[in-house]
Amino acid sequence: MERNFTLVILFAALICALGFVPPVTLVSGVPISAQSLGVMLAGAVLGASRGALAVVVVIGLVALGLPVLAGGRGGLGVFAGPTVGFLLGWIPAAWVTGAVVSRLNTRYVGIAAGIASVIGGIGVLYLCGTIGMMIVLKKTFAEALLLSLPFIPGDLIKAVVAGWITTMIARYRPGALLSRAG
Amino acid sequence: MLSLALPGTSWAHRLPAGVKFGALALAMAVLVAFDDPWPLAAAALIAVGLHATLGPRGLRAGAVAMRPIAWIIGLIVVWQLVTGTPREALVLALRIFSMVGLATFVTLTTPLPDLIALVERLAAPLARFGLSPRLPALAVAMVLRFIPVLRGRMEMLALAWRARSRKRPGPRLIVPMVLSLLDDSDHLAEALRARGGLTPPVRRN
Repeated sequence: MERNFTLVILFAALICALGFVPPVTLVSGVPISAQSLGVMLAGAVLGASRGALAVVVVIGLVALGLPVLAGGRGGLGVFAGPTVGFLLGWIPAAWVTGAVVSRLNTRYVGIAAGIASVIGGIGVLYLCGTIGMMIVLKKTFAEALLLSLPFIPGDLIKAVVAGWITTMIARYRPGALLSRAG
Repeated sequence: MLSLALPGTSWAHRLPAGVKFGALALAMAVLVAFDDPWPLAAAALIAVGLHATLGPRGLRAGAVAMRPIAWIIGLIVVWQLVTGTPREALVLALRIFSMVGLATFVTLTTPLPDLIALVERLAAPLARFGLSPRLPALAVAMVLRFIPVLRGRMEMLALAWRARSRKRPGPRLIVPMVLSLLDDSDHLAEALRARGGLTPPVRRN
């Protein structure tokens, strides 16, 4: 109980701390922040339910008005804006990432983590984000998706990085990889 | 790590947090339903007016909070002008502006301790599942304590990297970050257990 709690707390803090890493700008001029990498890692390392809980804590802090999102954003305004789906979508994204890692029995856990990050951290996240835009902006699914497409190359890079980091963790702290602990 | 709330004791600060959140939820539900520019323009004016009651610093803080979504609104309006009518573009911009503005006002006028008290009250049913209702408040306090710790550690790792290499570290420093964090987690869990753990003591009669 206590260990699960502290893992959730520390990964929530990690996701927030990654928001302060200056964003890398892609060739296309689209900035990518490290924050959603933290969401992928939370799922891939902690497993489905703990990973999702870590994200719930972060979203709770946003609702409390703390500027913990990348670029110092926060507060209830985020929940009323067009990007709300991408924020709330972090919860199922982390959950699905963790669920896929624990079910995908590849020889190297990093490959499973990379695939899981693409399914959870990109597939599920963009689905939620697009639905959020559809509701707030009253657009069709295709129009809303088009607005978020420029961010996908950056997220693919993050999925590869998440897989690589998970490999390293499996190598140095095999016992800590709770998504594979069964 | 500071809350976005403005310090002060304005009329809005004195309202109970539960009332403000309830009113905000109601306003959101109503605003989504409107497709007419006039009521939405009125709501946007109310949002600006509410910030104005806090004085110039209220307007300034509101404008800062609105900045990140300003470009999104701009993009959407251009898009809507190309594919739809100017009226639709106006409705959309006004709706997003008023909803985000009202939500920002609640955030600006509700101090963190009030919010944590509200969270504790809402978490009271947790006791039924054998969990302490103080758990969410403890979680908030601990995350806030650890964000600066992790940021400091990230800076240390970057400094250590720069002292040894001319290349940019890229994302590789996240590995030692996560490893150290996993070790911290074990120590913290022990510390929590030593202080009585997270489950409330069982009452025996």
